[in-house]
Amino acid sequence: MKSVDARHLLCPLPVIRAQDAVATLQAGDSLEVLCTDPGVIHDIPAWCRVHGHEVCAIDEQEETITITIRVGSH
Amino acid sequence: MSEPHKAVALISGGLDSLLAARVMMDQGVHVEGINFYTGFCVEGHTHAIRKKDRARPKRNNALWVAEQLGIKLHIIDIIEEYKDIVINPKHGYGSNLNPCLDCKVFMVNKAREWLDAHGFDCIITGEVIGQRPMSQRRDTMPVVARESGADDRLVRPLCAKNLPPTRPEKEGWLDRDKLHGYSGRSRKPQMALAAHYGFEDYAQPAGGCCFLTDKQYSVKLADLWATRGKREYDLDDIMLLKVGRHIRPGPHYKLIVGREEGENRFMEGYRKRFVHMLPTSHSGPLVLLDGEPDDDDIELAARLTARFSQGRDAECVTVEVTGKDGESRALAVKPYPAGQVPADWYI
Repeated sequence: MKSVDARHLLCPLPVIRAQDAVATLQAGDSLEVLCTDPGVIHDIPAWCRVHGHEVCAIDEQEETITITIRVGSH
Repeated sequence: MSEPHKAVALISGGLDSLLAARVMMDQGVHVEGINFYTGFCVEGHTHAIRKKDRARPKRNNALWVAEQLGIKLHIIDIIEEYKDIVINPKHGYGSNLNPCLDCKVFMVNKAREWLDAHGFDCIITGEVIGQRPMSQRRDTMPVVARESGADDRLVRPLCAKNLPPTRPEKEGWLDRDKLHGYSGRSRKPQMALAAHYGFEDYAQPAGGCCFLTDKQYSVKLADLWATRGKREYDLDDIMLLKVGRHIRPGPHYKLIVGREEGENRFMEGYRKRFVHMLPTSHSGPLVLLDGEPDDDDIELAARLTARFSQGRDAECVTVEVTGKDGESRALAVKPYPAGQVPADWYI
């Protein structure tokens, strides 16, 4: 699974990093985004909804938030 | 059935761009949104910094608009390219360091490049003649269209009837009669249109969408340029201008003093880049020292740090000072008297 490290970036930069990574993937691929800004818990799912991607999991461990996305059709 | 015509809308997250896109969708146009991140945007991350703001419902308003409209939103990082707009605006600044006209030209030009790359037909903005003193005037709106290269492919649905027909109107696939003729600073027509469409809970930014329109922020940015002797910045610089008290006892360094827990937490992410201070005998703020302070400056900074701690009235406060190399030492200092901090030290 492809992974993007967006830790210590503030929204909307983690969203942009996720967006740029998703653009390189195919439908059905998965992407893991590592973040620290709690704003991603709202913003990345919102971005996924408008683009038709699926958030499979949001995992919060200490300061790191890991969001797993399954890519929809572009 | 033929393919619908396609438009890319500049989506700021505010009401006007929401309505402009919706008006076009009413005419069967396929709309996708584009949102530019300059680093100066009030939108987004800055809501999360101060603790008092954390209780507010948190959302990215541009994404919220896209969801309301059911359109895709492409968020574009223009931090690096945007520096030239801030540092060398061809059309100058507004009342602060806001290069609004250059900014609008730049963003419409970026949207035009996107439009050309993706085979779209026109660009939509939520501009209204007379709404803003610099970029949305009758004489500057043609400048945006011309200098961006968008020309008659730039459609302003909210004030289109006050402007010459655009290419979509001339080609007959956009009905001018169904566009609007708003002008001036009143928000009532937009609010009525929002009610017509059933939009509620839209963003109502009090101070505009950009920190460069803020007087205090602009003063801090001008100070940063003046003391460095060059008009440059990086993303960390402009982020740190948004937080803390900025106190400059000398031209070669300044203190950034966290004002509350949220700011202290935010500033913790920058500790390794700066000499920094934290009171240990009393609770108090995290303080970053930006510049090249010498030993005397560090002692003065420690006294100022103590002044903003709970030990401000104590005889002695212990302040931990950590260098950029990560080495820490304790300084026992007398707090700087609150009433004696010169007013002109505050940026």
